[in-house]
Order: sequence, then structure tokens, then C-alpha cells
Amino acid sequence: MSKESADRPVLLQVERLTTVFDLGDREAAAVRAVSFMIRAGETLALVGESGSGKSVTALSLLGLVRPPGRITGGSILWKGLDLVHLEETRLHRIRGREIALVLQDPGAALNPVFTVGDQIIETLLAHGVVPKPGARARMLELLDAVRIPDPDRRADDYPHQLSGGLRQRVMIALALAGDPELLIADEPTTGLDATTQSRIVDLLRDLVERHDLSLLLISHDLAVVSACADRVAVMYAGQIIEEGPAQAVLHNPGHPYTRGLLASVPGAAPGVPLRGIEGAPPRLGELPPGCAFAPRCPEQFDRCKTVMPESWAHDTGTVARCHLHDPGQAVPATTDEGGAPGP
Amino acid sequence: MPLLEVEGLVKHFVRRRPLRSTVVVHAVNDISFTVDEGESFGLVGESGSGKTTAARCILRLTTPTAGEIRFDGEPIRSMSRQQLRRLRRTVQPVFQDPYASLNPRLPVGESVAEPLVVHRIGTAASRQARVEELLDQVGLDRSHLRRRPDELSGGQRQRIALARALALGPRLVVLDEPVSALDASVGAQIVNLLMRLQRDLGLALLFITHDLRLVRHMTTRVAVMRAGRIVETAATQAVFAAPRHPYTRTLLAAADLASRRGQVDPGENRPDDGDTPLREVAVGHWARV
Ligand SMILES: Nc1ncnc2c1ncn2[C@@H]1O[C@H](COP(=O)(O)OP(=O)(O)OP(=O)(O)O)[C@@H](O)[C@H]1O
Ligand SMILES: Nc1ncnc2c1ncn2[C@@H]1O[C@H](COP(=O)(O)OP(=O)(O)OP(=O)(O)O)[C@@H](O)[C@H]1O
Ligand code: SF4
Ligand SMILES: [Mg+2]
Ligand SMILES: [Mg+2]
Repeated sequence: MSKESADRPVLLQVERLTTVFDLGDREAAAVRAVSFMIRAGETLALVGESGSGKSVTALSLLGLVRPPGRITGGSILWKGLDLVHLEETRLHRIRGREIALVLQDPGAALNPVFTVGDQIIETLLAHGVVPKPGARARMLELLDAVRIPDPDRRADDYPHQLSGGLRQRVMIALALAGDPELLIADEPTTGLDATTQSRIVDLLRDLVERHDLSLLLISHDLAVVSACADRVAVMYAGQIIEEGPAQAVLHNPGHPYTRGLLASVPGAAPGVPLRGIEGAPPRLGELPPGCAFAPRCPEQFDRCKTVMPESWAHDTGTVARCHLHDPGQAVPATTDEGGAPGP
Repeated sequence: MPLLEVEGLVKHFVRRRPLRSTVVVHAVNDISFTVDEGESFGLVGESGSGKTTAARCILRLTTPTAGEIRFDGEPIRSMSRQQLRRLRRTVQPVFQDPYASLNPRLPVGESVAEPLVVHRIGTAASRQARVEELLDQVGLDRSHLRRRPDELSGGQRQRIALARALALGPRLVVLDEPVSALDASVGAQIVNLLMRLQRDLGLALLFITHDLRLVRHMTTRVAVMRAGRIVETAATQAVFAAPRHPYTRTLLAAADLASRRGQVDPGENRPDDGDTPLREVAVGHWARV
């Protein structure tokens, strides 16, 4: 993993990205002013629970949100080019060739009536990265790169003949076919058992290191994230609520939600009740005013219920969207703060 | 006497493939274990190792190919109709996907009451009171009763499935991946709830999962399955402190992803130990080594 990542060039810079959906009577933002960046060779993990907006963020990056869903604000700078306003033909060329996406649902992305080998060859030819005579050899190379044993035989299998782990490898091979610089992997290990998960994680790490790939890893599994990521961004109700170096976010987070998430994972003390978080995340379009986490937050105070918090630096190196870290705000320990501005 | 005894359980599936030879899947291949009254027992193993098949045999959702399952020492095979009826009250399932056990068109309150109706327990009024008590036990309030499953969150649905499973006052609850479809923060609430109910109601749990962290957290004894067999079984603490079977070690290493950063892939091909018998390697600690 990249150590001196701070002086690597920025590949992707997302600023205040907002994506909305139509809910019939009104529209609701599934991604709310999300900002982050990815440097060359870096792995950024986007974590968060179901419905927090991870997949919609990923789809937005590549202009793949289906209408009437749409991006209503912000910018996505890919090596300086704003993808939000790029014409479809040019965006099409970036997809797969420069930024590749491994979709969350492998069933949807693999065609059941073609062998996996043929699907990879088709993708190679579509990207124009190899001439037809060399395509089969390159396909076998890709299957080998994702560590599928006996590629020559497996190439002739149909998707349903593969285990979940092998299918996920084929998906990654397909994504690598266009030789991209940034790989977006949406829940690449979800639904796989622990041994298979760990093999996919090993594979991703290996690809990042050996092929100098940048990785946007989307997952709700903190163990997977901690094994791969250089930096971690935590999403809640469409916003990034904490971001920073993986070590800091996963061990010394500043945001009460991140802390609760970490305390939800069974760990060192068997039999002891997990600290977890009470309640459930808000539904799309049913956001509370103020801080979206306030109804579940053990540390919430008056201001949280009415004022949406800004992002503030936290001592351990993360940036947290929480009033507790607002330096201009006197945070009452237990007393009433009365909504008055701090000293 | 253990509450549940599984002895030499075998379940084969015959899979016929068009234009190809028929294969027999040895889903469960001669497994034995016991669960005591009030105990929390874990069954772990990777996908396809036979956990769900074993559970389905115990729940009598499928007929074993061979072997014996006993409750309170009584083999299921030789039970009378009446005993089987009573057994249905003793053992209850909770599955990964609550949709499987909840009728999507029925208000969830009726789903919870259904086992009481089927077993003709109580009057309409006493059943209503019981349903409210159950809801209380799983941390929901009455406002949830009228809703349909799709109007509830995943965690709330799993609470309803649990309330339904508890309706008849079971002694053993078989939980097949009960939290793996839930978010971590919600899964933690269900885990806490299960541990509290187990303690308060003196329930025995057969907890099936491939998440070792959960097994360590929730169970006192565990059996590790691989390819239809139990390769190691002991007190959970012992298995975590001193795993004896190479496969168990692989599983533990896989679960500990973070600390394996930079280590080598244990590999897809492990030696097969099909013929090595289970051996007592320490008191109460059995492994195929
Ligand atoms: N096409 C759509 N139309 C309407 N709402 C949508 C659509 N796609 C996603 N959403 C909503 O947007 C929100 C964010 O969804 P998203 O799929 O990004 O979540 P996620 O973080 O990827 O969750 P998961 O972990 O379950 O994959 C959710 O409330 C979801 O229901
Ligand atoms: N009805 C069936 N017909 C044929 N084969 C089956 C059937 N049910 C299960 N199997 C096979 O039996 C084996 C054991 O499956 P089982 O579902 O018990 O595994 P599991 O340990 O529960 O896995 P998972 O963790 O994925 O739920 C698998 O190879 C499976 O494909
Ligand atoms: S802003 Fe308030 S409610 Fe939101 S996370 Fe911080 S303390 Fe909790
Ligand atoms: Mg998603
Ligand atoms: Mg199963």
C-alpha cells in the first residue's frame, strides 16, 4: 500500500456531489454534497450501512444513475476533466478504459448464456485494447491475474457453473479488461464466506500493488476495509460524516456514528452486550432537521436537532461532520447550551 | 441428558444433470453433536459445508438419508403423532431472510399469533395479550402489529420472526445466519437481544453462521464443519485459543483479515482429511488430526 501517498498526483476529485431521486410527490437526495479525492495508487474505502448512498455515489461518478435519478450539483474532476458535464460519447470512452466499475450484483453483470471467456474477449474487443488474434491469450492472462485456477478450462464455463468466489473474480477480470487506472469495486466480498472473502481481499491488494491501480472500495464490512484501505470515508444518510487515514478512522474516530459502528462488531469481550447504536438510519427523503444522526446519537445536544453540522478536523487526523468538533462552539457537557453561538 | 442429540447424521442429494452423469452431493456426511438445555451451540463453516442442510434435518424440513436425531433422548423416528406435534413447539427456526417465515400479505401481528392459532392455544383475548408480551420481549411496540413485512426495516422484521419463533415457548431455537443480512448496528441489536432472551428464558440456541466473530461472542461450544463433516468441536474458547485442525486455523486467519495484511493467501487447495477420524486431542476437544 502507498506510504508516501501525499505527494502522489490526485486522480479523482469529487466536490459537493449531489444526486437526487424522484419519490413521486417530491425529490430526495440520496447523495448529499459528497466530497472526496483519490490519489494515484491509493485505496479509498467508502463504508456505510445499507441505503447510505455508497452505490449511488459510485454510479454517479460514471454517469450511470438512471433517470429520473440525476446529479443536481457538484463536480467530479477526473484528471482535471469534469465528468458531470462531459458529453456521453467521451464519458463512454472513460468508462472501462480509465475508470472501471465492479457492480454490486454479479448476477446482473454476467450474461448467463455466454461462457465467461467469451464475455471477457468481447469486452477486450469492445475496448479495442487487443487485436482479435491476441484476445484469447489476453483473456487467459486476465483469468490468471485474478487467480482463477486452470484458466483454460474455466474459460469455457458458464457463469452459473462457478462458485460465488469465482464469479466475483470473473467480474474483476472483466473490469480489468480495459486496463483502467481506477477500479471501483462495489461490495466485492459481500455474500461470500470468510475464507473466500479473504482471498478476494488478497487479490485486490495484490492488484493495487502490482498493477499500480487506484481503488475505490465500497463495503459495509469494516474488517474488509481495514485490510485494504489507505483512507476511509464513512457515509450516513447520503453524507460523508467522517473521513481520514484508515488507521485513525478505524481506531480513533471522532464521529459518534463511526464509534457506534465500530462498537457494533463483535470483538474482544465475548458474552458482553455489544454497544452498538440504537434505532435505525432515516429513510430516503425522511431526514430529520439538523444532524441526520441526531435521533440515534448518544451525544446529541440541542443544537444538533436544528443545525446541520459542518465538517471539522478531529485531533486524531480525521475530519468529522459533528458539532462536537466545532472549535467555535462551546459544547455543553450536560447543561443546556441554548443554541447561542459559542465564545 | 442433552436436549438435542444428533448422531451419525447423513444427508445426500442426488443431482441429475442433463446429458451428464448423475452426481450425489454428500451435503452432510456423518455428523454427531449434542446441545444441552439452555446452551448456545455454534455451527460454523464455509459456504456449502452443510450447515443449513443439518439444520433442516433437525427442523424436520427434510428427511435425513441416515442417522438419528433425538430430543430428550427420544428418537424423532419413533415419535408418535402427538409427540411430533409437541416437538414442533419445542424447536423453532429463525432464518437469515425473515421474508421466508413471514407472509408478505399478512399484518405482522397475525404472523406472530399464527402458531398460537394453529396449535389452538388460548382464547382470542389471551392470544392478543401473548402477542403483545412477545413484541415487548423483542423490543417492538404495538404500533408495529398492523404493519406488513415490507413496511418494516430488516431489523424489525427479524425481531418479528423472533417473536413468532418464541410464541410457543420453545426450548431450542435454530438460528440460520440470523444477522448476516442486517447492517452492523442493527445486527448488534439483534445479537444483544438473542443473548438476553437466551438468558432470561433459558433457551438453547443452535447458532449457524460463517462469521467466527459472532460465534466467539455468542456461543459456549462450537462445531466446525467442512465438506459435510465436523472437523473440530470443543468449547468455543478452546477452539479460538488453540485450534487443532488446519482448516479451523485457516478460518480463524481469514476472519482476522486486518492482521493478515501482507501475508500470503492460504490457498484454495487444502489437503483432504476425509478418512481421518475425530480424535479427542484434549478433554472435550475433538479434531480430525
Ligand atoms: N433508482 C432509484 N430510485 C429511487 N431511489 C433509489 C434508487 N437507487 C437507490 N435509491 C435510494 O438511494 C439511497 C441510497 O442507495 P444506495 O444503493 O446508494 O445505498 P448503498 O449505500 O449502496 O446501500 P447497500 O449497502 O444496501 O448497497 C437508498 O435510500 C435507496 O433506496
Ligand atoms: N436441495 C438440494 N439439492 C441438491 N443439493 C443441495 C440441496 N441443498 C443443498 N445442497 C448442496 O449441499 C451442500 C451443502 O449445502 P448447505 O446449504 O447445507 O450449506 P451451508 O453450509 O448452509 O452453506 P451457506 O453458508 O452457503 O448457507 C452444497 O453443496 C449444496 O449445493
Ligand atoms: S452533531 Fe450532534 S447529533 Fe450529530 S453526531 Fe455530532 S453530537 Fe451527535
Ligand atoms: Mg450498494
Ligand atoms: Mg446455509
